[in-house]
Amino acid sequence: MLSILRTLWGVFLHMFRSRETIQYPEQNILDPPRFRGRIILSLDPDGQERCVACYLCSAACPVDCIALQAAQDVNGRRYPEFFRINFSRCILCGFCEEACPTYAIQLTNDFEFSEYDRNNMVYEKEDLLISGPGKHPDYNFFRVAGVAVGVKGKGESENELPPVDVRSLLP
Amino acid sequence: MNEILLHIIIALVVLIGAMSVSASLIWLERRLLGVWQDRYGPNRVGPFGLFQVMADMIKIFFKEDWIPPFADKPVFVLAPAIIVAATLIPYAVIPFSPGIVVANLNIGLLFFLAMASLSVYGIVLGGWSSRSKYPLLGSLRATAQLLSYEVFMGLSLMGVVMMAGSFSLEAIVEAQRGLWFCIPQFAGFVIFFIAGLAETHRLPFDLPEAESELISGFHTEYSGLKFGMFFVGEYLGVTFTSLMIATLFFGGWQGPLLPPIVWLPGKTLVFICLFILIRAALPRPRYDQLMSFAWKILLPLSLLNLLATAGVLLILRK
Amino acid sequence: MNILFYMASIVAVIATLMVILEFNPVHALLYLIVSLLSLAVIFFLLGAPFAAALEVIIYAGAIMVLFVFVVMMLNLGPRSADEERSWHPARVWFGPFLLSAALLAELLFVLRGGGGAGFGEVSPEEVGIALFGPYLLATELASMLLLSGLIGAYHLGRGYGEARRHEPGPVEESTP
Repeated sequence: MLSILRTLWGVFLHMFRSRETIQYPEQNILDPPRFRGRIILSLDPDGQERCVACYLCSAACPVDCIALQAAQDVNGRRYPEFFRINFSRCILCGFCEEACPTYAIQLTNDFEFSEYDRNNMVYEKEDLLISGPGKHPDYNFFRVAGVAVGVKGKGESENELPPVDVRSLLP
Repeated sequence: MNEILLHIIIALVVLIGAMSVSASLIWLERRLLGVWQDRYGPNRVGPFGLFQVMADMIKIFFKEDWIPPFADKPVFVLAPAIIVAATLIPYAVIPFSPGIVVANLNIGLLFFLAMASLSVYGIVLGGWSSRSKYPLLGSLRATAQLLSYEVFMGLSLMGVVMMAGSFSLEAIVEAQRGLWFCIPQFAGFVIFFIAGLAETHRLPFDLPEAESELISGFHTEYSGLKFGMFFVGEYLGVTFTSLMIATLFFGGWQGPLLPPIVWLPGKTLVFICLFILIRAALPRPRYDQLMSFAWKILLPLSLLNLLATAGVLLILRK
Repeated sequence: MNILFYMASIVAVIATLMVILEFNPVHALLYLIVSLLSLAVIFFLLGAPFAAALEVIIYAGAIMVLFVFVVMMLNLGPRSADEERSWHPARVWFGPFLLSAALLAELLFVLRGGGGAGFGEVSPEEVGIALFGPYLLATELASMLLLSGLIGAYHLGRGYGEARRHEPGPVEESTP
């Protein structure tokens, strides 16, 4: 009986506490840095597409909402011919971001997207691409990777020895 | 002729007042629960969310009023009407201030008890006529709970009746001129309060509609306006029980300085808030705990209270 | 007042008729409740508000709820209503009809003679004084009866599970 009264009094005292609610549209919500929101495709510091169309994101996607088609430019650099994310299916799990070897696909803080027409939730490559490198400003995949696709020559990337001349007999 | 007109006006004012107060309780309850749970509650529609009630009403009016094909149609329609009628009618016997009362019955208190016992039908029939399992379970619980708590609700009031020497609510209020009955009849007050909670099947005694076990108990199959009537019926019950507590134990319209028409609603509001606080704080007991609490603790207590009051009164009269 | 009285009486008569004629048991019970309520109104009009309130509280409010409760538990559907219908051929009505017609005739005769209408109003206090004054013995006897009912109900509801666990069952008795 006494515990009941104590509970009542305790709850009553909550009247004088501040409120936990965040009045969302008027008041901004907290911005956690690792929030998983709308997906974007980023560019590398040179201003070229990071995506190499390796299909890893599409394979990792648990709800199969990512569709793309690989293509190659004249230098042999791979890029997606189209890149399509169906956000009405996407569950914002972030697996694609983890799977991506080039930091091309990234999840942002934006979650305020809703449409009256379901087809408008399907985002094409031009809707997804942003004009910057996103969360990893200094990373440039082709400066690290060994392949030469016009960005730099063979053996010129960071931490890479120059290519061995197999025709020379000198060690 | 003038007197009849006055009576009609009083009746209308009481009717409209009771309905609108209980409707706005929906807003009050949600706001207060918000306050006690460190959040806001409805605050979007109008200033402080005051028009939330209107929005809810409009929504409820335009919802599809669905009667399940397996239901017993006439009884299904009748049940919510019974609830609202049985909780609205006893407002007639409450004296709001000297002279302002719809019907000054000399059996006012008994009339209230009679109507309280009739309101069981709304729940029982609503649950039965839905012909599906959860409403039936809910109404079974409701029947047992309301019948048991009715017993000592009546008994706990008999102390007040003995002290006032009348069943008329006006006489009871007059008898509290010197001392409010909540002091000599404290046990009666506590028991009546608990019984009132149970009679209006509010938390923590909301076993007839326990959401976690029975979906929403006896009104699971109800929708639209009929559901709204159950809802308003519940709030009418809350308002009325608070009014009764204020009238019977806290001197009704009596009080210093302010006019009587302010005192009774003020006291009532305090008890309504207490009802809501209890809802915010206490968990629901198990069903057998509820019943054994009723029969093994409250019933003997109210009988003892009755006996003690009678004894003391007899000694004092001699 | 007279108009109210006759209205209540007509409601009572019709409701009581419907109690007999209705095949659905719950609907019949509802009519019975209506008839009890109109009886309460009649009591009130005749100047016995205490009796009227008790009629509603005890009969309509408590006993009939239990009736509805029990019928609710029986899970009677439209099939049982049909069964009920088949149990009421016309010849069954004949005997009760004759008897009640005789009663009605008697009642009419008494009413013509001018029976006991026209008491003053009986207040709750007077009822109490009468119950605990001249009729004290009857009141106490009735309360004893209720007490025995209470004890009987307690005995029946004591919980068979526990009782059985302690008493040796028939199977255990037969084995040596």
